[in-house]
Amino acid sequence: MSAILLQGAGAGAATALSPFNSIDPSKLVVPSRSSLSVRSKRYVVAGSDSKSFGSSLIVRRSEPLIPNAVSAKADTAASSTSSKPGHELLLFEALQEGLEEEMDRDPHVCVMGEDVGHYGGSYKVTKGLADKFGDLRVLDTPICENAFTGMGIGAAMTGLRPVIEGMNMGFLLLAFNQISNNCGMLHYTSGGQFTIPVVIRGPGGVGRQLGAEHSQRLESYFQSIPGIQMVACSTPYNAKGLMKAAIRSENPVILFEHVLLYNLKETIPDEEYICNLEEAEMVRPGEHITILTYSRMRYHVMQAAKTLVNKGYDPEVIDIRSLKPFDLYTIGNSVKKTHRVLIVEECMRTGGIGASLTAAINENFHDYLDAPVMCLSSQDVPTPYAGTLEEWTVVQPAQIVTAVEQLCQ
Amino acid sequence: MALSRLTSRSNIITRPFSAAFSRLLSTDTTPITIETSLPFTAHLCDPPSRSVESSSQELLDFFRTMALMRRMEIAADSLYKAKLIRGFCHLYDGQEAVAIGMEAAITKKDAIITAYRDHCIFLGRGGSLYEIFSELMGRQAGCSKGKGGSMHFYKKESSFYGGHGIVGAQVPLGCGIAFAQKYNKEEAVTFALYGDGAANQGQLFEALNISALWDLPAILVCENNHYGMGTAEWRASKSSSYYKRGDYVPGLKVDGMDAFAVKQACKFAKQHALEKGPIILEMDTYRYHGHSMSDPGSTYRTRDEISGVRQERDPIERIKKLVLSHDLATEKELKDMEKEIRKEVDDAIAKAKDCPMPEPSELFTNVYVKGYGTESFGPDRKEVKASLP
Repeated sequence: MSAILLQGAGAGAATALSPFNSIDPSKLVVPSRSSLSVRSKRYVVAGSDSKSFGSSLIVRRSEPLIPNAVSAKADTAASSTSSKPGHELLLFEALQEGLEEEMDRDPHVCVMGEDVGHYGGSYKVTKGLADKFGDLRVLDTPICENAFTGMGIGAAMTGLRPVIEGMNMGFLLLAFNQISNNCGMLHYTSGGQFTIPVVIRGPGGVGRQLGAEHSQRLESYFQSIPGIQMVACSTPYNAKGLMKAAIRSENPVILFEHVLLYNLKETIPDEEYICNLEEAEMVRPGEHITILTYSRMRYHVMQAAKTLVNKGYDPEVIDIRSLKPFDLYTIGNSVKKTHRVLIVEECMRTGGIGASLTAAINENFHDYLDAPVMCLSSQDVPTPYAGTLEEWTVVQPAQIVTAVEQLCQ
Repeated sequence: MALSRLTSRSNIITRPFSAAFSRLLSTDTTPITIETSLPFTAHLCDPPSRSVESSSQELLDFFRTMALMRRMEIAADSLYKAKLIRGFCHLYDGQEAVAIGMEAAITKKDAIITAYRDHCIFLGRGGSLYEIFSELMGRQAGCSKGKGGSMHFYKKESSFYGGHGIVGAQVPLGCGIAFAQKYNKEEAVTFALYGDGAANQGQLFEALNISALWDLPAILVCENNHYGMGTAEWRASKSSSYYKRGDYVPGLKVDGMDAFAVKQACKFAKQHALEKGPIILEMDTYRYHGHSMSDPGSTYRTRDEISGVRQERDPIERIKKLVLSHDLATEKELKDMEKEIRKEVDDAIAKAKDCPMPEPSELFTNVYVKGYGTESFGPDRKEVKASLP
């Protein structure tokens, strides 16, 4: 599955080597939409959302980093080709690169988790880091999620920036108290005295017959914790960008990775770049229907999109990336254009991300909808072991095609 | 100096007073050695000596601050009954010696983290009465801007990390702070306080294991007041030797009603933690109030027990006896000090009552940190504007 790098509204103009300029607030309100008209070309986008951070500067933590909340929406078409060829790597290597660059850049970044150090990480995301940075910065913890998540949060209160890895997202349920009460709420209950710049990451989602307890999707459980941000990466490009942005963010960020996406291959830019934490990614601009998705379902949707295009439909596919808060701007613009929404997600139907997104879209864009928002989610069952059954718990491309046909009648 | 504060405040200086002042001032810097009430019981380490170095100034400071803490808690009791403080209010009277003794042994670079019984520790760390009462009553000038409440007092500049409502969750946080201290090579330690009820939490042992593995400068302090809300310790813990519960981690049992024993133990623990890794301190203490204001405190223990402890082991009485026996002040002077403290507390309460409630817009501040790409966007790419009805 090759990742198609179409960055419509999200791509910024500057390459990483350009001098950094401050955000002009007048540019923030109305984006340039001309980029959406060039639909079918493929772009390799270099240094898309970032301004340069000064390549070799050791940035002191106390300096305010450039708030990259809204990249200047300049025209992307001509200026997005990279000056350097870029390099090809797998998603887990992209995560590792992002992590390594951030650890190089800021000595306060450390990694803690089970088997992240000497073993190299159960999915090799932290491979080689222990040799490079030592045992105090890449910490092998015993198997006590509650305690080491709490320790990461306590360390973050003093100013360290731990990256806490759950070997599988499902194990983080044991640390739910720490994540909800301490991670999310300490900034508020202390009246702003403490910030908790942790990144909590780990692979989740339905894998290949891993069983019910190892196939959990925790985004639905964490979504109502106030004070945290959630992002889901889906390509090597956004994996590295989101990892870097999450580490630099002063807020606690939960980065959801997917077990089956770790071996995706893509060419990413050589220059340093980050991705905006709250922005959705336009995967494929279209006219007939907006399909909102994230993580692995993006690929099921793109597969369905091929079939749909052959059948004459023109779906607009948006990878929402930011699960909390939703990028209602990009989504809203899309809804205003297509008037139909289909959400495809891997969460359970009950209380999942799709449920919240449906509510948000209905509340904000009700007037623009020609049909009710449809949400395709996983079945509300524990994930079975048998291969055929497991296939049917998650949404398959055929179901997406049927749903689009139904909505577009 | 406590005495100079007395001179500046009192408008009437009577002759006995001035005679007393000259007597007191001359003994200010004299070191005094005090013997702790009980010997220390040690587990896997050598207990420190029973003789504690102190000075007359420290003795008077102890008395003054403990009396202030006691008065503050009692005032909080009446404010709660007057419905100015709502929700949960956990009072620390009876346990003041732990807060005072700990402060005397450490610096402001050493971190303290505790559970919800945090008013007096916050005061010891440098908090002001005005901040405390404002926060308890939910006003703007509170230390957490009125958004935390009784269980969420924090003071970053003095390395006081709170103030936590969930029992036991502060111990991993405390070990994380100790980790950061080791990471940053700060030569400071962290005291993570918890109660006898919290001593049965699994995350405590998880955090202790990691602290011992990684040699973190963490000191786990069990404030054993013998009751976990309504459950006596013998009904909740199979082993009530909390200082031994660390197994491979050394421990020390301390009489928590004797401020000097606490001071000696904390000094010892700090040195141990910096050199050899974590240590557990068990402070044998007692609370006069119930678990919180909604608990009368007498359904699970007899009033005789409470008054017995108050008569025999009260920390302030002990310091008072020491002050009087070392001739540092007369009864009358101490009474005047207490009157003055009462006035100070009343003034702070009056000032806090005048403080306004937080602005409605404060509901939405401090949820996220602004800055690096973190403004929440609404449909029109502006900040989410939420207006109250």
